[in-house]
Amino acid sequence: MTDIRDTESEPGALEFARPDEETLLIRLAGSWTLRNKRPSADDIRKEIESGPRIARIAFDTKDLTAWDSMFLTFITKMLDQSSRDGIAVDSQGLPEGVQRLLALMAAVPEKKGVRKEAGKDSFLSRIGAEAIDFFRSTGDILAFIGEVSMAFGRFLGGKARFRGSDLTMVMQDCGIQALPIVSLISLLVGLILAFVGAVQLIMFGAEIYVANLVGIAMVRVMGAIMTGIIMAGRTGAAFAAQLGTMEVNEEIDAFKTMGISPMEFLVLPRMLGLTLMMPLLCLYADLMGILGGLIVGVGMLDLNVIEYYNQTRASISLYDLFIGLFQGMVFGVLVAVAGCLRGMQCGRSASAVGDAATSAVVTGIISIIVATAIITVVCNVLGI
Amino acid sequence: MTDAQALIVAKDLEISYGDFVIQRDLNFTVKSGEIFVIMGGSGCGKTTVMRSLTGLKEPSKGQVFLGGISFWEADQKTRDRIARNIGIVYQSGALWSSMTLAENVSLPLGEFTNLNVREIRELASLKLALVGLAGFEDYYPSEISGGMRKRAGVARALALDPEFLFFDEPSAGLDPVTSSLLDELIIELRDSLRTTMVMVTHELPSIFSVADNCVFLDAETRTMIATGDPKRLKKESQDPKVHAFLTRGGKNRTG
Repeated sequence: MTDIRDTESEPGALEFARPDEETLLIRLAGSWTLRNKRPSADDIRKEIESGPRIARIAFDTKDLTAWDSMFLTFITKMLDQSSRDGIAVDSQGLPEGVQRLLALMAAVPEKKGVRKEAGKDSFLSRIGAEAIDFFRSTGDILAFIGEVSMAFGRFLGGKARFRGSDLTMVMQDCGIQALPIVSLISLLVGLILAFVGAVQLIMFGAEIYVANLVGIAMVRVMGAIMTGIIMAGRTGAAFAAQLGTMEVNEEIDAFKTMGISPMEFLVLPRMLGLTLMMPLLCLYADLMGILGGLIVGVGMLDLNVIEYYNQTRASISLYDLFIGLFQGMVFGVLVAVAGCLRGMQCGRSASAVGDAATSAVVTGIISIIVATAIITVVCNVLGI
Repeated sequence: MTDAQALIVAKDLEISYGDFVIQRDLNFTVKSGEIFVIMGGSGCGKTTVMRSLTGLKEPSKGQVFLGGISFWEADQKTRDRIARNIGIVYQSGALWSSMTLAENVSLPLGEFTNLNVREIRELASLKLALVGLAGFEDYYPSEISGGMRKRAGVARALALDPEFLFFDEPSAGLDPVTSSLLDELIIELRDSLRTTMVMVTHELPSIFSVADNCVFLDAETRTMIATGDPKRLKKESQDPKVHAFLTRGGKNRTG
């Protein structure tokens, strides 16, 4: 055992003697600890191979001043080697503590087949495993969406069981508490769009069309996308972490065993809360983006506030607004599904919660982009 | 193994959170190679006292001597050196879930010794074998049972061959047989390594089977009300709280 005062001690030493033809006596002296220099177990092997064949190993530890588990590993390795070579070992000369620890190690022998096999799977086998995983996870996602739909159906029928206060809390968290970050990002996006547009439009003397560019972009797509991405990073990750921690703490099991559906009690309020709040946040983000454009228009392009307002109003149709709000609602559903799905799929370890949160954000953002592409194509086909 | 006079001494110790005093006027000594139990009812501050002894919570008054050095008055370098001589087995095991059992045991060895990777791996296997987990080196904590996690926690605490080993509720959540095996392991490790051990528990079978000495903390008066050999305290203590605690309320209910 090491000394708390870190005192210097002599290094471990090894000497050999042959009291008779068949016996090798190993003299161990000095300090055999983690912090001291010590000989290698190979020295014993060399000594055994250098002389006539021996049948027995004995120890002399009179001059051993200190030892710890490093000494124990040395002795263990030597015992393993001797056992393989068919040499008997007399451990009577070892310190009593070492003998006890050796007995303790032998008390629970390694179970057969328990050790994990090392080695990597082949490339094809990994591709196969990934493909199977993909189909399984697709099945899980579909099953989750099915369960959520059923829970929503029960909600519409007035049979869903969840606390109204939970829904209110989620709405507050997804709504009012998200306003500062939505304000900042949307305002900056509006500013950036206006700056980029102004640089081009100013060359044609068409500065006023900055209002059209910012207004249509924000209301139709950018407001919803930016809000969706913010909510995926903020709320989607929070949903996954909350539900994941509940999974780790067996709280979800407790719901199940009491006959309470976690889908209704935990997932439904989160889904409803975010889906209801997202269109409102989108509308707010649209206004903040237009304000950003206005700041550039008035401050940089010398446009009149009324003029900018009128141009914006003239450029945006109700279709644009409804498409933006619809997208916001769809993104709300997607972010909530991603967050709740990953949370409910969470493993039972601390790292699993982190993985679930990361996966929720990635899934949320990817699904937002894919949904935007689909909605844009559909709108184009419908001519709206 | 050196026979260093490693002692733990609490002197006029007072621990508080803000103005709220958890425990005050604690005076006790843990002798070298002794298993010392801190016991008391739920919420009396046993774990908080242990946190103070292990350098995790600074006391509001008094001193903690570890190996003759006043821990909280020592400079940071000395504290770090003392901390490396302390092993703690947490109530939940507190194994790092993203690492295998071997990696859990290896991490402190890699950080605080100059051993090479092969030696560290051998030592980690040895520690796991000592606690009956030979062959489980590459398992993650989530893949083994609660009792095995506790034993792996002991192996990790033993990684640096600490002078002092602290256990926080080692038997919590374990069945009686596993709990008894863990007690045997603790006694065997103490007898073999001569490690000084401090255990926080209120499990009476564990207390009577492992403890050489104990201190009883009272939640009401917020101080210690008894110290000594628990078997002797059970027979001789006149304090009704201590007697009630050690005799399960003074009754032997059956059925």
